[in-house]
Amino acid sequence: MAVAAKGLGLLGGWGDVGVVGGAAFVATMFESWLGATWQGGWITNEVVNFINTAVGAGLAIAGMGRLGQHTKYPIVTGTSVLGLRYNGGVMVAADTLCSYGSMAKYKDARRIRTVGPATLLGASGEYSDFQSIMDMLEGMEQQNANFDDGHNTDAQQTHSYLRAVMYQRRSKMNPLWNDLVVAGPNFLGLVDKIGTTYTDNFIATGFGSYLAIPILRKKWRPDMSEGEARGLLEDCLKVLFYRDCRALNRIQIAKVTEGEGAIVSEPYEIETDWSAASFATTKGGLEGDGGW
Amino acid sequence: MASSGSGYDLSPTTFSPDGRIFQVEYASKAVASSGTSVGLKVSNGVVLVTEKLLNSKMLVPGSSRRLHGLDRHAGCSVTGLVSDGRQLVNRGRSEASNYLDTYGIRSPPSVLCDRLASFAHYFTLHGALRPFGATTMVAAYDEDVEEYTLTMIEPSGQAYRYFGCAAGKGRQGAKTEIEKLNLQGMDCSEGLDK
Repeated sequence: MAVAAKGLGLLGGWGDVGVVGGAAFVATMFESWLGATWQGGWITNEVVNFINTAVGAGLAIAGMGRLGQHTKYPIVTGTSVLGLRYNGGVMVAADTLCSYGSMAKYKDARRIRTVGPATLLGASGEYSDFQSIMDMLEGMEQQNANFDDGHNTDAQQTHSYLRAVMYQRRSKMNPLWNDLVVAGPNFLGLVDKIGTTYTDNFIATGFGSYLAIPILRKKWRPDMSEGEARGLLEDCLKVLFYRDCRALNRIQIAKVTEGEGAIVSEPYEIETDWSAASFATTKGGLEGDGGW
Repeated sequence: MASSGSGYDLSPTTFSPDGRIFQVEYASKAVASSGTSVGLKVSNGVVLVTEKLLNSKMLVPGSSRRLHGLDRHAGCSVTGLVSDGRQLVNRGRSEASNYLDTYGIRSPPSVLCDRLASFAHYFTLHGALRPFGATTMVAAYDEDVEEYTLTMIEPSGQAYRYFGCAAGKGRQGAKTEIEKLNLQGMDCSEGLDK
């Protein structure tokens, strides 16, 4: 049954099959002893069978915990990552905050990194999973450097590889909890925690997909200059800082171009203006329940 | 050295009466009849040079490397049977990569060379295996003491650090020349010229 369950995709891996099989075995042994010794009177066959199932289930749950964890929730998280194509390359932007639940714990977290000479990887979600992904990709970069045959992994290949990794992990019910933005000189794509991928002219993860995408849809043009692109991304990050409770006004912008490869800027603060009417007199201060 | 093995040379797991393991010595002979490699440790680094013998005019130039990268801070040259050398290089790469994964820093040269030498030595311990017919010269940088090192690992698993070493057909001539040089007094480009 355990093998059938794995076949149906209900179980993560062969370790889980062992846990389920082992739990069932112990439970049935226990039931045999229980039935032989105690059955009779109020402890009928049904009661014994019920105890068997309960014991088996309990052992399986305990075994799952010890033998194979399934990621249930992220702990240290980054918020939105934005990316857009401009005339000459691709830009990726994100703030430098990693939150610990609702606490703004790490204010100098680098959520955009270079992979090789000409690829950028930006991540939102669990920061430790991003670090693990970076280790994996840096190992691949070292292999390329060792071989030294002129072949290098480009952004599109990294994107495909990450898709395979993320989907595989999701299929074992143990995802890497990230939404990743991959950028190259002529490439911009997203891979999410369940292995969905797409490429587009502009991309946003997390809250950015709700707050920044409408702005990008309105203002983006294919022939934007570098300065215009930077300004548009800063505007989006500013809005995110106003409205996303897990965002910060300290940001990094990275670009990747054919000529210069991938470069990530040092973090800098963006200015925000809280004097707008809707901030000064919030609806919560007026009559009524604060709604519209 | 024309001693006949006469029965003691069939397996690496057999000593001869005078305490030699012939199979390992034969492996060194395989190295000694291949193209020459020279390694020099100079004042600001290590220079590795290898002679690539082209067996046929049909070979594409630039293919079949003899000098390989092991990690960002280490590389090696291979002398002897190139396919045996390939195994050593792959092992060196995976040892370096595992060290980085486990300890978070690049492997010190002594650790990397020790592991590679142990690997080569392993194949001299089992009757079902044969020793590698290849010598690797590992050039590496130790970031803790900020020093460059040159280590030569032979088919027997012996690994020593050298200022200058040579392997292959022309090693005797090369060694004579190396001993004449003042290696500490030159830098890498001068070393390369020599």
